[in-house]
Amino acid sequence: MTPRLPITRRSMLLGAAAFGVPAILAGCGNPNTQNTQGASGSAARGTVTIGSNASDEIPKKSLETVVKAFTQADVRINTVDHNTFQENINRYLKGTPDDVFTWFAGYRMQFFAEQGLATDISDVWQEIGGDYTPAFKAASTGSDGKQYFVPFTYYPWAVFYRRSLWEEKGYVPPTTLDEFTALARKMKADGLVPLAFADKDGWPAMGTFDILNMRTNGYDFHISLMAGKESWTDPKVKQVFDTWRGLMEFHQPAALGRTWQEAGQSLAQKKTGMYLLGMFVAQQFPEAERDDLDFFTFPEINPRFGTDSIDAPIDGYMISAKAKNVDGAKALLKHLAQASSQNAATKLDPGTLASSSKADTSGYSALQKRGAELVSQATHIAQFLDRDTRPDFASTVMIPALQRFVGEPDDIDPLLKDIEAQKANIFR
Amino acid sequence: MITRRYSRRDLAVLGFGLGAAVLVNLALIWGPTLASVALSGTDWNGISELRWIGTRNYGDLAEEYPPFWSAVRNNVLWLAFLGLVATPFGLFCAVLLDRRLRLSRVYQSALYMPVVLSLAVVGFIAQLVYSSDYGVLNAVTGLTTDWLGDSSINIWVVMVAAAWRHVGYVMIIYLAGLKAVDPALKEAAAIDGASEAQTFFRVVFPTLRPINVIVLVITVIEALRAFDIVYAINKGRNGLELLSVLVTENIVGEASRIGFGSAIAVILLVISMAFIVTYLSQLFKEDRR
Repeated sequence: MTPRLPITRRSMLLGAAAFGVPAILAGCGNPNTQNTQGASGSAARGTVTIGSNASDEIPKKSLETVVKAFTQADVRINTVDHNTFQENINRYLKGTPDDVFTWFAGYRMQFFAEQGLATDISDVWQEIGGDYTPAFKAASTGSDGKQYFVPFTYYPWAVFYRRSLWEEKGYVPPTTLDEFTALARKMKADGLVPLAFADKDGWPAMGTFDILNMRTNGYDFHISLMAGKESWTDPKVKQVFDTWRGLMEFHQPAALGRTWQEAGQSLAQKKTGMYLLGMFVAQQFPEAERDDLDFFTFPEINPRFGTDSIDAPIDGYMISAKAKNVDGAKALLKHLAQASSQNAATKLDPGTLASSSKADTSGYSALQKRGAELVSQATHIAQFLDRDTRPDFASTVMIPALQRFVGEPDDIDPLLKDIEAQKANIFR
Repeated sequence: MITRRYSRRDLAVLGFGLGAAVLVNLALIWGPTLASVALSGTDWNGISELRWIGTRNYGDLAEEYPPFWSAVRNNVLWLAFLGLVATPFGLFCAVLLDRRLRLSRVYQSALYMPVVLSLAVVGFIAQLVYSSDYGVLNAVTGLTTDWLGDSSINIWVVMVAAAWRHVGYVMIIYLAGLKAVDPALKEAAAIDGASEAQTFFRVVFPTLRPINVIVLVITVIEALRAFDIVYAINKGRNGLELLSVLVTENIVGEASRIGFGSAIAVILLVISMAFIVTYLSQLFKEDRR
């Protein structure tokens, strides 16, 4: 034995441990259910548990406030860090999930409903259906035609700008792509970066792709492409990237090293002229300047589709397949579907809008009012790329692909071929 | 040679002690390792039924998953950079400090300071330095380079940040080794008329052999387990792909391509095994001599 041996062994252990990790991760139970036993004496009325990803202060407070008004059963909220909740959702739903859990509408909901991890709540919808527009109902419906989701709040994506800057320079919101390009060119001449842009996190560029695709090829093609039913090498898709490449010269350079928060600040500081993002961009504006923030919907590209679709991701609630107190959970969903519940939330969180058509919009801020108006004009509401397609496709294929495009916008054909090959692997 | 006879009690104690160790080893190390290998032949997503698909994951990886080859390239670069640049530089610093320069304590602390930081923290510091909008580097030099976003240069600047920490680590180990070298050896070499360089390369360095092995192992481990720094910077995307990140990206998270991610993990396992086996066989060969 040499004195060196312990190190050897350690190196081997480390090595082995590192490679065991996947299996451990795969096999480990779900860490989100370490509920503390509380709420004693609730046996008579029953307890409904909520698995919540509302870990940020404002959303957390808003959920607590809304739930406090629910009287039919005791409610216990188990809050988990937002990203952790999402990342563990598979294991969570397979393990011992809460009765009700926060989730997203669209394909991301359908994906879990199809796997039999959610409870059919069509009977709840018979009661609450009148409160929602058909677009919201469609976003809550699984591929089998049954409902699995209750929309709570949402936020639209649009092109944001500072009204004061635009008035000073005499800019007006464009309605066609040509006007948009002309405006961008004018901004460039005025020494502004026309379009704030950031894609370090990988997802913001998805918003640009979504809107360009929906404006060029329409909502139906977009959804079908997201569902893996269309080819990425289709000339229609290529045209989207071509259009985007044409706009690249107006995008803020060095986008892959920038976060959306930094890009949002450049808009607030009037260094950039406009920014295509979700309504949450308002967070980057000081309270006093928020009234100066305005937006327009991305202009028309193909007259056949006009501006009939937008991205407006909906957050809401579902019942897990393993729920213990299904009746209580359904009662809670009905409570959450009420306009008054949603209004309580939108009041606390000004970056969101109430999903219910019966919601009272008189308490909305100017920005919220404009947002509600924008969504009511849209015929189709998409949920955002990573919610409209398979999660593995969005995160392991689309994020690297869009970042590659942003880095080398001229390299479109090989990029689309790569996406198509990986899509074929994932959707098989 | 006298063979010792074990009593029944001895055997029981031995059996129990060894058995426990073997069980823990099997359950915590070999079990998960083999499970990963087995899972890499399936397309399991954590929910579906296990379905055997043979080596399809490996084919997809090599042919149709662009991040894979950049990750392999980056891991190799990382190893080469730490091994050929950072480690020799650490040795160089140690040699200089061993000469008892003035203020050598100060230099020593300054070089060792980064080692107490986790690599994730180094990642955050790197962002403060390299960010194209608010980074120190661009502000001081007046450049507008997108250090972290440009996929052709970001791996290099990140490796510099990782090396910043690695140099201190290697330096302190070598410094301890150098202090332990018998001064009589150096004197003897000097009397024999060896130059400074000759003394170091022919006399001192060979006596550092055990230290060299430790440093080599540390360097290889650091290169293969690199993860936190790139994850802190941009989640290991866009030029900063590493095998460890791809494993995490595919398995953890909503994606849950557990079969596919396991295939990447198996490749990382094979690479590390190559190093470990080479090293072990070297070690045993020496013992036998």
